[in-house]
Amino acid sequence: MFGTGILKGLGVTLRRAAGTFIDDFARVPSRYTDVIETAQGKLIRQPTDAKGLFTIQYPEEKRQMPENFRYIPMLLYEEDTGEDRCTACGICAKVCPPQCIWIVRDQDENGKPITRPAAFYIDASICMSCSFCAEYCPFDAIKMNHDYELATYDRYPGLILNKAELSVPTSYYAALYPSAWAEEERIRAEKEAKKAARGKKPEPAAPAAKPAAKPAAAQPEPKAAAKPAAPAAAPAAPAAPAAKAKAKGGHWSPIPADYSGEVIKSALPLPPVPAEGVSASGISWSRIMALREKQLASYRERRKAEGKEVKL
Amino acid sequence: MTDAVAEQSLPFANAVPGAVLAADAAGMVVDRKKLIEFALHLRNHAGFDYLSSLTAVDYLGFEGRTAADRFEVVYHLFDTKKGGDGVVLKVRLPENDPQAPSLVRVYPGADLQEREAYDLFGITFTGHPRLRRIFLWDGFHGHPMRKDWKEAYYEEEHKPFGSRWPVGNHKWAEDRVPWGDNVSFPKGWDPATFQPAPPPLPTIHEPPWADENHIATERIIINMGPQHPSTHGVFRMIVALDGETVVGLEPECGYLHRNHEKIGERNTWLGNIPFTDRLDYLSSMSNNLGYVLAVEQLMGDKGKPPERAEYLRVIMAEMTRIANHTWAIGFLLNDLGAFFTPALYNIEERELLLDLFEAAAGSRMMCNYMRFGGVVRDVDEDWLTRARDIIFNRLERKIDEFDTYLTGNEILMARCVGVGYLSAADAIALSACGPQLRGSGVAYDLRRARPYSIYDRFKFDVISDDGCDVYARYKVRLGEIRESIKILKQALDDLPGGPIFNGKPGYVTRVEKGEAYGAVEGPKGELGFYVVSDGSDNPWRYHVRAPSYINLNTLGPMSIGYKIADAIVALGGIDIVLGETDR
Ligand code: SF4
Ligand code: SF4
Repeated sequence: MFGTGILKGLGVTLRRAAGTFIDDFARVPSRYTDVIETAQGKLIRQPTDAKGLFTIQYPEEKRQMPENFRYIPMLLYEEDTGEDRCTACGICAKVCPPQCIWIVRDQDENGKPITRPAAFYIDASICMSCSFCAEYCPFDAIKMNHDYELATYDRYPGLILNKAELSVPTSYYAALYPSAWAEEERIRAEKEAKKAARGKKPEPAAPAAKPAAKPAAAQPEPKAAAKPAAPAAAPAAPAAPAAKAKAKGGHWSPIPADYSGEVIKSALPLPPVPAEGVSASGISWSRIMALREKQLASYRERRKAEGKEVKL
Repeated sequence: MTDAVAEQSLPFANAVPGAVLAADAAGMVVDRKKLIEFALHLRNHAGFDYLSSLTAVDYLGFEGRTAADRFEVVYHLFDTKKGGDGVVLKVRLPENDPQAPSLVRVYPGADLQEREAYDLFGITFTGHPRLRRIFLWDGFHGHPMRKDWKEAYYEEEHKPFGSRWPVGNHKWAEDRVPWGDNVSFPKGWDPATFQPAPPPLPTIHEPPWADENHIATERIIINMGPQHPSTHGVFRMIVALDGETVVGLEPECGYLHRNHEKIGERNTWLGNIPFTDRLDYLSSMSNNLGYVLAVEQLMGDKGKPPERAEYLRVIMAEMTRIANHTWAIGFLLNDLGAFFTPALYNIEERELLLDLFEAAAGSRMMCNYMRFGGVVRDVDEDWLTRARDIIFNRLERKIDEFDTYLTGNEILMARCVGVGYLSAADAIALSACGPQLRGSGVAYDLRRARPYSIYDRFKFDVISDDGCDVYARYKVRLGEIRESIKILKQALDDLPGGPIFNGKPGYVTRVEKGEAYGAVEGPKGELGFYVVSDGSDNPWRYHVRAPSYINLNTLGPMSIGYKIADAIVALGGIDIVLGETDR
């Protein structure tokens, strides 16, 4: 009979609408299961048994990202020594499909290459988030960050991330990738045990202390105090650690509430770090904002002079 | 290609005297003067009724090749009734005379593919009725797939580029382009005096009532698209109308063209995997699978994935099919004017599947999940629980809901039944694939016809419907979702433990010299990858047989005689994605 199909269809819509409300009220106080509350808002995972429509009130609420989520790479440095894990071996630059990794290998006074990067850039506007760099890095030095809020007003240099912008401490990685971190640590411990069993000469004292100091929560003293001390202990990396100070907060990925390490917020380009000498054009975020403000102000003045009020 | 092909090709080798110049496992080299005769024989007497892929290769500088056989046009023919391995024909063309006879009269589906080869390689197909560029604009300088053509932002022949390491001071991409933009012009070319060719006019098919006494209507040509919400992206149809009736239709594409294949030849073998994600971005898992299957044919034992990886591949590919079909159905309804309610209901299910992709592969759409010899990440118990929950408890209920909501809906039926008629014979002749072909009653599904991966282990039906209209295609899609659920249930139940990768993952891929055609039944149809290797780290030739593109062959024949609003429905019924169409 004509019309039955339409009526049936409307019935489905009606049921869906009712389901949405039932979902809402059935789970008071929270509309969703598996919610993580953080200072930055709720982290939600879509329930599979919802009957109605599912909505996330972004940005107050956000999705829970799975551990494997990949966005833009980050470079790891050792929490305790401040040393970069990267050895500038260049494998990530070779394997990167769109060729957006640029590495300058460091040299000593005699021009002999040293296994550490003098500069490391990733052109985030070209990066295709494939995670090949993280997969094939033999030193677990580059991993994929979960921070996807990268919007800037300018592509250059805002999205050309330099080493300072890319660097995060290992504890940050450990918090973001708990199971991958555990697995890597297990393999590392095994290797070290094997080495020791083979009766090789014992490891120097400092690196041996590394695994013990790993959990971020176990380090109650503020990071800033720990940092300046590090270069002295590790003469190999004099310049790099100083550049690692990062703005805190803003990152919402499932980091445990008791996490006390640093959290980077790479959404905004940080002002160029003098030690790195990058951000080639020298334009920084604050400068752009200041320029913009100035421009707007002069525009307002002009319009005012013409007798026209402006609403901006 | 297997040795079976060489054996199989022997019976035909002498059918047309002098046609086959040489034959080996990779195919038969055919004399271009006898090509049409030979193809006719294969089509009429040997059962090879389906021209799947047609492409060209430039062998400039390839070992053992000279200017006399620089170009090669490669045809992959298959049998839609018997299935199985097909035959490969090759026509070699000299550098100074790159001309091949057009196969459009034998296989009308050669139309768009020959135009593509003409556009990108500059090979002329004599006898083609509308041989002109398809992706690039008329004034484009040169033929970019030729090995001696360099893009304006050319850096090096192959990746990795030397400038990135060990001294890689970042250069802004725009600064690396010599002219500050990425277009190169021939010497002496002046934009002020350039006269573009007049816009192409579609061939007009006089309607049967043309000389009858009917109300006078005007003949007009209109451009639908590229900015038109119903074209699923930037796609343009040049439509000739008589009143409201379509009397001619010409698809125009290329707005999203980036020469995926040239990029692919600059890339390393491995580096192409994430690029395949960007073809049909709604079904990246299938794209990955097609590409790795093609390359694995050239990798010997290293390219054999372990059991668990095979199962994971099938699970992901079938989830992709569900995700794609829910999207296709939702957006078909959008094209009908049921704005977004059905689409959102459908996308909801897709969202849950994408969540699974994200947890397994790291990204919702650009999955980049498969590797040569396995998959990249294993799935954990939490993932499997969630997947089982969705597949066993939720999806079927939801598909039933669509069924109630849509299948019997009068509006859907009024707009789809009888619209976009394409007979079975036409569908095969025009190289249609996927639901487009099966909606015409041709039960040709590569998972059955040429089982790849481990599809021979699962029980499922090939859905076809002989309605030959958009409604039939809709029903095929709905049926395929149910079959995919069936396969997923079996695969999730049988999923074995063990490794997910054959050997130790490494970034260098050893690919033997040779060529291979790997195809999968993607959600949109036969997605094929034709790769030629010279034994180096980069593919010599990397060609994508894109189902969305080749299905456009049917758009004109399907729409002519219908109202303009029905042409939109016909296009929605094909389910194109411009990332794949334009490549
Ligand atoms: S990040 Fe890893 S792969 Fe890249 S240069 Fe550093 S150590 Fe090598
Ligand atoms: S994620 Fe992929 S594209 Fe991005 S830097 Fe790493 S290798 Fe390059």
